[in-house]
Amino acid sequence: MSNSHQLKRVDFIFRNENDWEKVLSTNIKKQPKDLINELISSELKGRGGAGFPTGLKWKLTAEAESDKKYVICNADEGEPGTFKDREILSRVPYKVLTAMAICGYITGATEGFIYLRGEYKFLQSELQKTIDEFHYYCNEIKLDFSIKIFMGSGAYICGEETALMESMEGRRGEPRNKPPFPTQAGYLGKPTVINNVETLVHSFTIFKYGAKKFYDLGVQYSRGTKLFSVSGDTPKPGIYELELGMSLQDFVYEFGDGDTKAVQVGGASGFLVPRKKFKDAAIGFKGKLTGISLPTGGSMMLFNSSRSMYNVMDNYLEFFREESCGQCTPCRVGCQQLLLGIKAVKRGDKPASYLDKLLRLTETMQLTAKCGLGQSVANSFSSIVENFREEMIY
Amino acid sequence: MDPIQTLIKDLADKHGRQRESLLPIIQGVVEKENYLSERSMIEIAKEVDLPAADVYGTASFYSFLETKQTGKYIIRVCKTITCSMKGKNQVLFAIIEMLKIKLGETTPDKRFTLLETNCLGWCHKAPAMLINDDVYTDLTPEKVREILSDYMKKDVNHF
Repeated sequence: MSNSHQLKRVDFIFRNENDWEKVLSTNIKKQPKDLINELISSELKGRGGAGFPTGLKWKLTAEAESDKKYVICNADEGEPGTFKDREILSRVPYKVLTAMAICGYITGATEGFIYLRGEYKFLQSELQKTIDEFHYYCNEIKLDFSIKIFMGSGAYICGEETALMESMEGRRGEPRNKPPFPTQAGYLGKPTVINNVETLVHSFTIFKYGAKKFYDLGVQYSRGTKLFSVSGDTPKPGIYELELGMSLQDFVYEFGDGDTKAVQVGGASGFLVPRKKFKDAAIGFKGKLTGISLPTGGSMMLFNSSRSMYNVMDNYLEFFREESCGQCTPCRVGCQQLLLGIKAVKRGDKPASYLDKLLRLTETMQLTAKCGLGQSVANSFSSIVENFREEMIY
Repeated sequence: MDPIQTLIKDLADKHGRQRESLLPIIQGVVEKENYLSERSMIEIAKEVDLPAADVYGTASFYSFLETKQTGKYIIRVCKTITCSMKGKNQVLFAIIEMLKIKLGETTPDKRFTLLETNCLGWCHKAPAMLINDDVYTDLTPEKVREILSDYMKKDVNHF
């Protein structure tokens, strides 16, 4: 239990802050570079799952030279087991809008977009009303910034930032080669900040309360809090804001049903952690000195002993096969073959050793797929096949 | 101009005729028509000055932009892991039994189309489904039968 960390419930994200107007008007009187330094010193990292330092992203976009820049809020929340962004946009949307406007002020962008997944279309009209009120206030304080909602139409891959931009440009949601990164050439080839919904809310907190308040929470390399979407075999499914750095053991103690066999951390593209490794696993970004660090967009799916890990893997692979954009061969063919492969082993048409071939295939995908989708199939595949091999065979 | 042409022209006037306007225009047509007919795709292509193949290529990428005729109500049942563990199949069977169609089919009166979809983001209230844009969660076979009979009653005067 060397890295055990008490589970700490926090209430920042959904706290009702009635003074967003003041947060906006006072912050746009400060120097952009001071605001960036504040954000950098908070050590906020992207909450969509990848964990890129937010302050650095804004800094790079601010420094990029261009006549036009954009701010995009990525609300294409499609990772299985994640549902926090929907809750943010329905409960505290003005925090997201305020952070986008401050980002616009810092970087020199005057247009923002919220890319809202098609599955959340029911949120659109309420959100639009909030945006209209927000625009009214921006006019009042003579801030040149406007926000539009761009609707998605049912494509998981569009959560990948460059695929999202392709989609906004009226094309198939196929990820681009990187570099150039969006901070250099994003939407319509212009420098673009693209942040997850939750990242923007944390920025709001930092601009309101200062970096220290945020930095004091969490652990080294994983500062602040995170929203966790808890589902599966748990007596209390839902959305919880917790300090980063907790051990999975403590998490399961709080949320498990007493019979937790494994937890999928980070959705289908994340890792499956079996019971015997709960105490060694910490939820946070890379850099912890001991144990396994698991970065996450906040999807926590619990499985109890009634669940077959074969069925879980089969479900994930069907998901990936359907959601692969089909552009690059390792991912398109890889996902198909992995699914066919585990079915063949289960039926006995292929020997158990075929699983090792499939593991090598996921290594190839990790190295050669163009984007995070194809690269991360290896995460769940290897963690399930290695820890529950017998369930894959018998 | 017929109604489709008028609709597409109005959408293009509203969203613009650049490539970036393509998805909002397509979505506008799907909102009215439930799906994108070949005719609509050709008309959109003319309106925004693109090859029709590009319109089809874009539209067919997205699972919520149907390019085959669908019913007035598209039922999309979430099949991803948590919904699947929490009884998605029982819910699906109840719908199949009630509508007397298979997965992927449309009822002969063109009212309902039954599809499965990937994660809808309601895992904590699984199983979940969409009927057009409306969300239904914590489903059971009983509950889904009630929901569907409400839809059936709702429309009885129009058919």
